[in-house]
Amino acid sequence: MEALSGLEIALRMMIQFVPVWIALAIALGLSWHYKRRLGLYGKLFDSGIGVIGLSIVFFWIFTAVFGLFDLIVTHDALKQVSGMKNKVPGTPLRGATEADYGYYLLGGDNLARDVFSRMIKGSWEVVKIAPLATIFAFMVGIVLGLPAGYYGGKFDTVLSFLANLILAFPVILLFYLLVTPEIVETGLPSYMAVVLFLFPIIFVVVLLNSRFHTQPSKRNVMVAITIVSMGWLYLSLVSDQSGALPILPSWLDGFDVPGGILVVFVSVVFVNAPTVFRIVRGQTLDLKSRDYVAAAQTRGERPWYIMLWEILPNARGPLIVDFCLRIGYTTILLGTLGFFGLGLPPESPDWGSTINDGRKLLSIYPHPALPPAIALLSLVLGLNLLADGLREESLKD
Amino acid sequence: MLIFLLRRFAVMILTALCLTYIVFVLTNLEPNLEKLAKFQGSQRMTDVEVTAFLERNGYSRPDYIKYAEWLGLAPSFQATQPDGRITSRCDKGNPDGKATKEAQYCGILQGYWGQSTVFKQDVASIISIRLGLTGKLMFFVTLLMVPSALIIGILAGMREGSRTDRSLSSVSILSTATPEYVSGVIFITVFASSVVGLKWFKGTATSAMDTATFENFFLPVLTVALYAMGYIARMTRASMAEVMTAQYIRTARLKGVSFRNVVLKHALRNALIAPFTVIMLQFPWLLNGVVITETLFNYKGFGWVLVQAAGNNDIELLLGVSVISVVVVLVTQLISDIGYVYLNPRIRL
Repeated sequence: MEALSGLEIALRMMIQFVPVWIALAIALGLSWHYKRRLGLYGKLFDSGIGVIGLSIVFFWIFTAVFGLFDLIVTHDALKQVSGMKNKVPGTPLRGATEADYGYYLLGGDNLARDVFSRMIKGSWEVVKIAPLATIFAFMVGIVLGLPAGYYGGKFDTVLSFLANLILAFPVILLFYLLVTPEIVETGLPSYMAVVLFLFPIIFVVVLLNSRFHTQPSKRNVMVAITIVSMGWLYLSLVSDQSGALPILPSWLDGFDVPGGILVVFVSVVFVNAPTVFRIVRGQTLDLKSRDYVAAAQTRGERPWYIMLWEILPNARGPLIVDFCLRIGYTTILLGTLGFFGLGLPPESPDWGSTINDGRKLLSIYPHPALPPAIALLSLVLGLNLLADGLREESLKD
Repeated sequence: MLIFLLRRFAVMILTALCLTYIVFVLTNLEPNLEKLAKFQGSQRMTDVEVTAFLERNGYSRPDYIKYAEWLGLAPSFQATQPDGRITSRCDKGNPDGKATKEAQYCGILQGYWGQSTVFKQDVASIISIRLGLTGKLMFFVTLLMVPSALIIGILAGMREGSRTDRSLSSVSILSTATPEYVSGVIFITVFASSVVGLKWFKGTATSAMDTATFENFFLPVLTVALYAMGYIARMTRASMAEVMTAQYIRTARLKGVSFRNVVLKHALRNALIAPFTVIMLQFPWLLNGVVITETLFNYKGFGWVLVQAAGNNDIELLLGVSVISVVVVLVTQLISDIGYVYLNPRIRL
């Protein structure tokens, strides 16, 4: 078989991405059709930048999900084929059988694995960790930032000092200290997970309690359901049969998170939370002197009700924008971790590790490092454009 | 103002102490010490030998005592080696066995930064050499980054919503979305690899440590500058756009002052207050970029030392590196606060 030309490679990649195009068309079409009923998300379709950003983000989400079910990938991301080492894009597969895809579309890396399939698989690594880690960071930041801004005083001073302390750490130094096999051995990430993962439960319980505490029967049911379901998730997440904290018996332990992933997750949350804390605190300081807060105080509402149901909804604009930017930043952080070979297993197809593998031979064979680099760039760009579109639209009213 | 400075200074010292203590505790965790013992002794040490080694050299004492020693508040530990020699921190790298039983203080306060276990050298001298190299990199980065970011921001913010604004804003969004390891890879591929064949620049900056030329130094400088540049440009644009809608600008325009003069004489000074603080606060972030870029381009500066020290759990070198980086962060924060007050006459402390 002949090697493919540039145009043929592009065409074949387009064909591989067909499921993504279909899903993208459906998702954008539906959103466009119902955009008047979808609030801020619908209004995004009025801004050009927002639509471009949203399409890029959707593209990668669909790619990640379909890639997980082996729809787009052409080869096994871990399989090494002899004779395909560092082969240029479009090289026909040596010794291909009927069942194999005939080409390495974007070439082979220095271990003779398919670059295209690794890039697709790598998107799942990002989509799996980045949004969830950002949500956790927001939970921590909101639960601590609201009372710090609302009450002020000693509590605020101490927390602000701690936040500034973490922010004064160079991120890479912190990663090097936290994300090493030695630290995983001591169980420190598990203990940090115990503390950090508690915040979403606190958040939801306080949220429900403050809203429904006047209707105890309803409140009791809702809080009980939350504590049982989220508590089980929390305990399964935290407890690890072979790790530092075997709290739950194995028949109750729903799932184990591999130590490598957990430490990456925890350190990313840890790095992001102080910034969110500062934003929430600043917003609260600004909003607590508003009339509707005074009205709620006069009505005799409790502090947590005011914080979560009066101040927080009004601070949502900057928070949503920052959420998009922060997912992008988290993606960059994950890439940094991969680039330094920290945390994730060495054969992991995530973009940072792949760039790190490819950089050693960069001036002779740039093709293994370039696709994950461009993929990461486009995803972060999409998130930044989305944030810009959201900012524009939320400022309009 | 003086009280403000003193308070800030006190907080700075407290932060630096807390941070170095955290680094100290993390590097002195048991598995890390075990790794250190095996690194200094031999890889095949048994658990018993490791414990004996740590015991003998004073590593198994409580962290706060060791930390006080490092600071210079407690007398240095005197280790009796198997051959009967007495060694301590105060040997400063030449254990001649003449260390006496008297209490000696050798810590940061006495001006001694310790000994690197990886490089077998004085930490202070390693850091000063490497910091000089990184200083050279940062000098050129600042020279490239600040003027271009300000020009892009001012041109974009001058006429908000114009075509210039749209295209320059897109450029700055693109640059904030490009972390150093991505832009570095793309630059090397395009400008240095044999595949594209431009070969304008060199893909490594190792030779730039002695003699920096445009050919071997431009790519690393551009890589570090680019990521922060977009952010500063966007801040400048926002600040400029806000100033341009102010009443006094409209008055100046109505008075008949030319657009050029309005921008240069009336708007610029006020528009540059916000970017100044942003630029100062960007310097600590640049440290990340420096670490990545130095690794990518094999430029053996401060960032490279950080990676080496952290990767090999070189406790004293790592502490030295964190002291320097924390001081950089805190000093830039202080300068940004003072500068903000100085530039903005509406704020008086």
